Amino acid sequence: MHNSKTQDTFVGLFVASGIAALFYMAMQVSNLGSYTSGDSYTIIAQFQNSGGLKVKSPVSVAGVRIGRVSSIRLDKESHESIVEMQIDSQYNNLPDDSGASIYTAGLLGEQYISIDPGPGISGEFLKDNSKIDNVSSAIILEEMIGKFLMNKAEGK
Amino acid sequence: MANRPSPDKPIVKVHNLSFSRGSRKIFDGIDLEIQRGKITAIMGPSGTGKTTLLKLIGGQLMPDHGSIHVDGQNVHRLKSQELFNLRKRMGMLFQSGALLTDMDVFDNVAFPLREHTRLPESMIRTLVLMKLHAVGLRGARKLMPNELSGGMARRVALARAIALDPMMIMYDEPFTGQDPISMGALVHLIKSLNTALGLTSVIVSHDVQETAAIADYIYVLAEGKIVGHGTPQQLADSDSQWVQQFMNGNADGPVPFHYPAPDYLDDLLAS
Amino acid sequence: MFEFLENLGKTTRSSFAKLGRSTFFLGHTLMGIGDVLPRPSLLTKQLYSVGVLSFLIITISGLFVGMVLGLQGFYTLSDFGAEESLGVMVAASLVRELGPVVSALLFAGRAGSALTAEIGLMKATEQLSGMEMMAVDPIKRIITPRFLAGFISTPLLATLFSAIGVVGGHMVGVGLLGVDDGAFWAQMQSSIDFQEDIINGVIKSIVFGFVVSWIALFEGYDTIPTAEGVSRATTRTVVNSAFSVLGLDFILTALMFGDI
Repeated sequence: MHNSKTQDTFVGLFVASGIAALFYMAMQVSNLGSYTSGDSYTIIAQFQNSGGLKVKSPVSVAGVRIGRVSSIRLDKESHESIVEMQIDSQYNNLPDDSGASIYTAGLLGEQYISIDPGPGISGEFLKDNSKIDNVSSAIILEEMIGKFLMNKAEGK
Repeated sequence: MANRPSPDKPIVKVHNLSFSRGSRKIFDGIDLEIQRGKITAIMGPSGTGKTTLLKLIGGQLMPDHGSIHVDGQNVHRLKSQELFNLRKRMGMLFQSGALLTDMDVFDNVAFPLREHTRLPESMIRTLVLMKLHAVGLRGARKLMPNELSGGMARRVALARAIALDPMMIMYDEPFTGQDPISMGALVHLIKSLNTALGLTSVIVSHDVQETAAIADYIYVLAEGKIVGHGTPQQLADSDSQWVQQFMNGNADGPVPFHYPAPDYLDDLLAS
Repeated sequence: MFEFLENLGKTTRSSFAKLGRSTFFLGHTLMGIGDVLPRPSLLTKQLYSVGVLSFLIITISGLFVGMVLGLQGFYTLSDFGAEESLGVMVAASLVRELGPVVSALLFAGRAGSALTAEIGLMKATEQLSGMEMMAVDPIKRIITPRFLAGFISTPLLATLFSAIGVVGGHMVGVGLLGVDDGAFWAQMQSSIDFQEDIINGVIKSIVFGFVVSWIALFEGYDTIPTAEGVSRATTRTVVNSAFSVLGLDFILTALMFGDI
């Protein structure tokens, strides 16, 4: 029983490191971290078709990730897709005439939203719950292949 | 059965006990009684199940037939809690000592006290040191079991066995493999503890001289039966061949030198 | 032929007898939990020898497994131009499968075999029987704390294994092979679900810890108390644990992820 104190300390460290590992897994590896991402603001964009975009897909400007998709839902009137994005509040100087497009990372990669900063004519920036009007939808591979084949067939 | 001691409330009463292991019959209807406050020895050649008898008395094994009463309670009819309560009043000294190897001497002796009592640690310390002093190992309390000689381990185990002040201690081959000095120390300890603490002692042994020197009464076992019993003097004068062979250590006799085998010549020529 | 049938019957009978004994043993062990919890010092001592002493082998193996996954995954994925998915691949394999399974196998080899040998030797040196004669139930006093410690340690060890494996995969993938750091994490985070993947992985490792501790302690308790008996029991612990872990892994995976 002489070294029971050191033993207790080691056991404490062991249990603490296990719990820390679980916390790390939850926050860094899984999607749990995104629910609690601290300072951010929401912007909204309405796409005709959001394709394979998913909740938590990245949002980037010039290839730099500035936020992530927080929700995707269908607008019942227009039958279009309404995508909400959470943007890190450090990127608070996006001009309000910026555009949003859905791209695919590589041929088989996942889809993401790319924001093209506009010229900033009005001098205003996108704020919480601002809406982006200038959008281009996801490119659907099957549609493109279909069109391409059609054109070929018609061309002959 | 004429010279059996008067049945003045024996502490252990074994009646018509039979026990077998596989097809081997170890006990075949034995009767014996152990008197309170006395040193009773159960002797016999190796392999006659003397240790088994102790385990039966302690309730670790179930007999095939017969009954064992300890302090008026039928050991094998008790519920496990009652059996545990009875065992707190019985100490057993295993041949190997059976000390817990992950604890030092002090914690080993303190073990039954810590398990069964809510005594404060200072009181436990006092008790443990008293018990260790009784076996002459108060200075060895910091040693681990693997640092003890066989004789010392047995003495520590003895201190542990008397930690809860039992009414009876069972010694399983206490003298085997001891040098003459530790043997002498153990003989002296068993005798003095018996008188000083008012214990009942049961010694299972095949060391005739040492056992006969301190035993008040001796049972001799052979081939699953009791072949003789009496005071050491009575046994020395016994005319039973079994008893004579055992007490004098003759190589051949009713217990044959040879393990049962086919005829020697036939066996050599067979191939 | 007749002999064969007789042997088969004998084997069947003895396996059933063993199954019965081990079930009683487990029940008895679980009944001791109420006696152990009020004495946490018994538990911490075992958590030390079962958990803390397995820490090093688990973390080092986790790091290397993660690094190998990073390397192999990169070469396979780069054929498809999908290197950014490396994070998902590393994390998913670790969290769902390798973390719980490999750490359970390592645990069986490191701690399970030690438990069997310890209990087997305690039996061989009459320590268990001596305890019984001191009116102390050896299962509740010796087995239950070890069982609980094994059962608590394995999920912690498996989580550590996975976490360090992800770090190892990141080191190789991002640090060495130049996968984009953001893509590595972002893809991982978007594909790994806390409930689906991480919690299920933890549940797996709890089941494995339960089974490995049970096997190890039972083999030790049921051993033939000789040197040979203890060595055989130790071997059986490792072999039976490995079979049980892999078999159970298939069943659990099918139940959790497979919709079978």
